[in-house]
Amino acid sequence: MSVPSSESHRGRVGLFVTCLADLFRPSVAWASVKLLERAGFRVEVPDRQTCCGQPAYNSGDLRTARRVARGILDAFEPFEYVVAPSGSCAGMLRLHLGRLFASEPDEAARAERLAGRTHELTSFLVDVAGWTDISATFPQRVTYHDSCSSLREMAVRDQPRALLARVDGLELVELPDRDACCGFGGTFCVKYPDISTKMVSDKTASIAGTGAETVLAGDLGCLLNIAGRLAREGRPIACLHVAEVLAGAENTDPVVPV
Amino acid sequence: MFDGREIAQFPEASVRALGDENLQAALRLLGEGFQARRTDAVERFSEFEDARDAAVDAKTRTLRQLHLHLENFEARCQEQGGVVHWAETPADARQIVLELLTSRGVRVLSKGKTMVAEEIGLNGFLEEHDIEVVETDLGEYIIQLAEEVPSHIIAPAIHKTMPQVVELFRQHHDQHKAEPFPRHTPADLVAEARAVLRRRFLEADAGLTGANFLVAETGSSVIVTNEGNGDLTQTLPRLHIVLATIEKVVPTLADGAAILRVLARSATGQDMSAYTTISTGPRRSTDVDGPSEYHVVLLDNGRSSLLGTPAEEVLRCIRCGACMNHCPVYGAVGGHAYGWVYPGPIGAALTPALLGVEAARHLPNASSLCGRCEEVCPMRIPLPKIFRYWRAKEHEARLNTVRARLALALWGWLAAHPRLYRLGTGAAMWILSQLAGRSRRYRNLVLANGWTRSRDFPAPAGRTFLNSWNRRS
Repeated sequence: MSVPSSESHRGRVGLFVTCLADLFRPSVAWASVKLLERAGFRVEVPDRQTCCGQPAYNSGDLRTARRVARGILDAFEPFEYVVAPSGSCAGMLRLHLGRLFASEPDEAARAERLAGRTHELTSFLVDVAGWTDISATFPQRVTYHDSCSSLREMAVRDQPRALLARVDGLELVELPDRDACCGFGGTFCVKYPDISTKMVSDKTASIAGTGAETVLAGDLGCLLNIAGRLAREGRPIACLHVAEVLAGAENTDPVVPV
Repeated sequence: MFDGREIAQFPEASVRALGDENLQAALRLLGEGFQARRTDAVERFSEFEDARDAAVDAKTRTLRQLHLHLENFEARCQEQGGVVHWAETPADARQIVLELLTSRGVRVLSKGKTMVAEEIGLNGFLEEHDIEVVETDLGEYIIQLAEEVPSHIIAPAIHKTMPQVVELFRQHHDQHKAEPFPRHTPADLVAEARAVLRRRFLEADAGLTGANFLVAETGSSVIVTNEGNGDLTQTLPRLHIVLATIEKVVPTLADGAAILRVLARSATGQDMSAYTTISTGPRRSTDVDGPSEYHVVLLDNGRSSLLGTPAEEVLRCIRCGACMNHCPVYGAVGGHAYGWVYPGPIGAALTPALLGVEAARHLPNASSLCGRCEEVCPMRIPLPKIFRYWRAKEHEARLNTVRARLALALWGWLAAHPRLYRLGTGAAMWILSQLAGRSRRYRNLVLANGWTRSRDFPAPAGRTFLNSWNRRS
């Protein structure tokens, strides 16, 4: 792990893969690696990472959440930057780990240090790296779904759009209710499935209303939810993570085949 | 009346609400109505964020020394000839109100809009004691006719459609006994309600209102309304009773003004409500009108126990309703599904403190934690953080299901052992990927039927990223 920082790199990034990208959609993580390397960073993927702990944290099981969080603090200690292709997981690392360790000053201090170094992928590229040198082609009409965590916890709104504006052939049509939740909400979607279904159905209807061929988002939780509902409704609209499009993965299979 | 037991039926009630076409039609108006009007009001007012900070500051200062401000309020109110009554529980408050009314021979009570009266179940209690209660707020009046409870804290009849209101008036207003409704525009309905209510105002022996806030430095109560019904309720009868909770006090009139600057903008998108009325004590010899007695009943009902806890910020709430107007869950199921007085995000944050975590357990869980409520809350109450606090209390007290606890414990153990996690998840994803076949989705998954009843479950890629990455490097 002891790689001397060389002139040719702008810094070491520890990629927080996120459990959903790791398990369901590795292409999102590969795309993130590609983008970060193109932006001039050395990307490492610490092997000890698993999940950010949100399922436990948001279910009130703080003991379990702390147990998982300690692993993250250890795994990402050595990095200048920690980047996640998810506003939700990045938000957990930046805003919530400190709260979890409120009664353990040493761990809280480590959590604070991690918080200051953690970024959502598109906001890292635009705001921290100042890099928008996208070379990708995606000749489609698309719409973009803002995840609630990206929007409200990580102030991510303009960054993915600035990057998408550099993609050849891509036409972005905004959703009318772009600040409305898609109904995923982690365990919420299975605890209160009927309410969640109503929320995602409103979202898929407004997606269809844009005439987009593909929906993009920066969070896989929302994407799995939206893709699953679009598929069930038989709407021929594809779902991709924004990183996949930005990395030039125009032939990537959508989350569910259309 | 709300008794708290209905909260346990939240899942079933929400399913019924989702299938109720009238309700869904009424709820669709939230977006173009409340949300759009608030957005406009905020955009028109360039100092909105500063005004929010000032209002938050006023309440935060108040809560830090709540007991002192309450004592000041009591002293100033008494100097003005008013009487302050302290009620620890809803039963105490009901009893105080009842004694005030019966000892003065009151038969008819006119009532301005107050959620605290719903909280203590006042109407039903007074009716059991042969006191007639007349709701004078139009929305409250409509649901009183319908024998229902409010479904929204500032728009209690928002779940009712126009045709339903027409039908209620036809049934209850004498003039329609002989002939059917001639026309029914909203303006006609309002005019008719006004005419009916005007008679009732004159009959009332006492008037009861809530308070948007209480001012310690002057001993005053302040209400805002758009219909003027509150003014008639508190000035016409000889007895005026103010029913309010302890966190409604603010130190000064200036603090109250800070709240007024954000209240109507957040609630209805108005710069100010049509009426803002300050009441200080009973009628003086030089006053042209006013009650001869002025009483303030101050209820705690568990609120003081929140002070010093992570949930104490709910006490900043000024009951504007912006959180529910913008909540996707409220927007989907409406207020009645929540099963208690305060629906939506503020209810989910407050109710566990008033009824206990066990009775209210569904409410803080029924949220996707999207954070829109916190974003629009003029008092910057961190609602999602408070939901998480109650969820932690629920988990601590072992009130969640055994299945959920086991799943979390197992998952947490695995996630804390990366090597085993890789093996286990790697195998599980491989199997899920293989079984999905060419369609790359599941239409039915036994352990995730909450998902697959309405959504396909996307198949995983097969090999996990970390397993591939580790092989590469």
